[in-house]
Amino acid sequence: MSAVLFRRPWLRAVLLLSAPGAWFVLIYLTALALLFISALWSVEPFTGKLVHHWTFENFEQLFKVPAYRTIALRTIGIAAAVTITDAVLALPFAFFAVRVASKRLQSVLFVAVLIPLWSSYLVRVYVWRLILSKDGVLNWALENLGLGSLNIGYSNWAIWIVFSYIWLPFMILPIWSAFERLPDSYIEASADLGARGSQTFRTVVFPLVLPGIAAGSIFTFALTLGDFITPTLVGGAGSDFIGNVVFQNVGVANNVPFAAAFAVVPLVVMGIYLLGARRLGAFEAL
Amino acid sequence: MRLAKIDWALGAVLAVMAVGVSACGSSSNSSTSASLPTSIGAGEGQLNLVAWEGYTQPEWVKPFEKQTGCVVHAKYAGSSDEMVTLMRQGGGSQYDMVSASGDASLRLIRGGDVAEMNVALVPDWKNFIPQLQSPSHNTVDGKHYGISLQWGPNILMYNPKAISPAPTSWAAIYDPKYKGQISVPNNPIQIADAALYLSKTKPSLGISDPYELTEAQLSAAAELLKAQRPLIKKYWALASDEIELFKNNDASIGAAWPYQQSTLQADKVAVKSLIPSEGATGWADTWMLSAHAKHPNCAYKWVNWVSTAKVQAEQALSYGETPANTKACAVMETLSKGSCGVYHANAPSAYFDSIKFWKTPVKECGNGQNDCMDYTAWQQKWTEVTG
Repeated sequence: MSAVLFRRPWLRAVLLLSAPGAWFVLIYLTALALLFISALWSVEPFTGKLVHHWTFENFEQLFKVPAYRTIALRTIGIAAAVTITDAVLALPFAFFAVRVASKRLQSVLFVAVLIPLWSSYLVRVYVWRLILSKDGVLNWALENLGLGSLNIGYSNWAIWIVFSYIWLPFMILPIWSAFERLPDSYIEASADLGARGSQTFRTVVFPLVLPGIAAGSIFTFALTLGDFITPTLVGGAGSDFIGNVVFQNVGVANNVPFAAAFAVVPLVVMGIYLLGARRLGAFEAL
Repeated sequence: MRLAKIDWALGAVLAVMAVGVSACGSSSNSSTSASLPTSIGAGEGQLNLVAWEGYTQPEWVKPFEKQTGCVVHAKYAGSSDEMVTLMRQGGGSQYDMVSASGDASLRLIRGGDVAEMNVALVPDWKNFIPQLQSPSHNTVDGKHYGISLQWGPNILMYNPKAISPAPTSWAAIYDPKYKGQISVPNNPIQIADAALYLSKTKPSLGISDPYELTEAQLSAAAELLKAQRPLIKKYWALASDEIELFKNNDASIGAAWPYQQSTLQADKVAVKSLIPSEGATGWADTWMLSAHAKHPNCAYKWVNWVSTAKVQAEQALSYGETPANTKACAVMETLSKGSCGVYHANAPSAYFDSIKFWKTPVKECGNGQNDCMDYTAWQQKWTEVTG
C-alpha cells in the first residue's frame, strides 16, 4: 500500500487534499456564492418572505442612502486607525523584546502578549466598558490625580481604544518574528560602514520589518472591519459598524438580502487591501 | 506555495463571516390554521417562548413548571422587529409563543406566523377589560390570534440628582442642556414618540395619529430625531443596557419602560418617572401562538396561567404595568397596598384611550387615504437618524 502511494505522488496528493478540498468547496465557496446570490433578492415588507426576483435594489440603497456610506467609511476609518495605532505600539515593543531583552525577560514578555488571548473576548470588552464608564476606574484615577475627568465611555474613542487593545497581539507577533529573522550581521555591517543608529533603522531595519507590519495589519484591519460586538457594547450614538447593520438586518429586520449586499462591502475592501499587502511582502512574512 | 497557504487561511476567515451572514436567513410558509382545539390535552413537557425582558420571572414561571410539567425556555427580544424575525426563523417552529406588542401582532397575523386561538379555553378571558378582549391588534374578522396580557405607557425616566428642575414635557429629551446624558430605545417605533411630541408642539404639521405619518410628517419627526442624535449617550437595545447606563451615571434621562425603573429602584438607584404633558405612547401585549407550535398544550396551559388574577397581579407589580384582568386589582392590593391605583388597574377607560398604543405603520391611513409611510420607510428613516 505505502509502496503504491510512494510510486504515485498524485494519488497521495488526492487522498490528502480530498477532505480539506471538499470542505473548501462546500463551506467556503458555496457560502460565498450564496452570499452574492441572496444580495440580489429582496424581501416582502409586511410578511417578511424572500422574493426570488433578481434586482440591484439593495446595492442601489447602499449608494443612495448617505447613512450607509457614513457607516462604511466609519468602519474603514476606525479599522485603519486601529491598525496604525497597533503598528506604532507593536514596533518598539517587538524591537525591545527581540533585540534588547534577555532570554528570560523575552519569554516573560511573550507570555504577557499571549495571556489576554486566553480569556474570553466578551469579558475583555465588558471590562473596558467598566473602565471607561463615567463612574469607572479611569475617571476615578484621573480625578484622584487632580486631572479632571474624561467623558469617552460609549463613543467612537472607546471603540478605537478597545479594538487597539484587543487586536494588539495579532500585530506584535508577526513583527516579532520579522525582527527575529533580521540577521545581526546586517546591523553590524551598517554600523561598520558608518551609519548612525537612526540611519540604520530607516534604511536597513525598517524595510526588512515592513513585511511583518503588513502581515500584522491584515489581521488588525480585517478583524476590526468584520466586528460588531465591540461597537455594540462600548459604542455610543452613531457608532454603528457595517457588522451592526448586517446583524440588525438579519436578526432584527429580517432583511437577509440587504444584509448580504452590505456584507459584500468589507469583502471588496479586504480584497483591495490584500492586493496592497501582498506588494509589501506580507505573505512571505507570515 | 507559501502564498497559497496564506490565501487559504484568509479564505477560512472570510468563509466564516460569509456563513454567518447567509446561513441565518429563512423564509416561512404560511399555513391555514387547523380547526380550533376544544380542550387542552396533556402537556408536552416544554414550552419555548419569545418574550420581553421581565415577562418570564421565576416568581410565576417556577410554580407553572411545577404544576404543569412544562419546562419554560425563554428568549428575550429587544424590539418588536426582533420578535417577528425570531418567530419566522427556521420555518417558525422554533418557538411556541411570543408576547407580541401591537406593532408586531398584525405583521405576524398577516404573515401567517401565528394561529387562531380558542378563547373559550381561557376562563379568565371573560374578566379582561372590554378593550382588551377583542382588540383590533390581535383580533381579525372575529378570529382571536392570541390572548391579551398587560399594557402600559412608555415613560420619561430621570435621575433627580442630575436633572433639575423635574421635567414635565418630552422636550427634556430634545434639550441640548442634557447633552450626553440622554438615552432612548434603538427602535424605529421611537419615531412615534417624536411624532407625538410634534403633534402637540407643532400643530401646523397636522399630525393626528403618531403612527399614521405622511412623508412630510415623517421627515419632520426624523429632523427632530437627527437634532437629538448628538445629545444621545447611547441608543439602548435591551432594557438591561439602559439600566447599566443609569447605574453608572452615563445616562440621567431617557425614554424607558416601567421595568427599568422598578429594577433600578430595587438596586437603590433613585430614579423617578412621569408621563409628560404631551401624553405617551404605550404597548398592549398579547401572547400569540405560533402557527407551527410544537407544544400547543403547554402553550394553552401557559396563557391560562398568566391570565389568572394572581399571576397578572404579580407580573403587573414586577414589571410595573397594568393587567388586562380586572380581578387582578384586588390581588395587587393584598400584595402591595395602593398598587392597584398606582398602576391604573382600576382606572376608567378614558385612561386606556389616552395612550397611543404601538401599532404597525401601514400605507392605508385611518382617513381613507393611502399616502401614509409604511414600516419599511420608518426603518430606513431610523437608520438615517442613528447610523
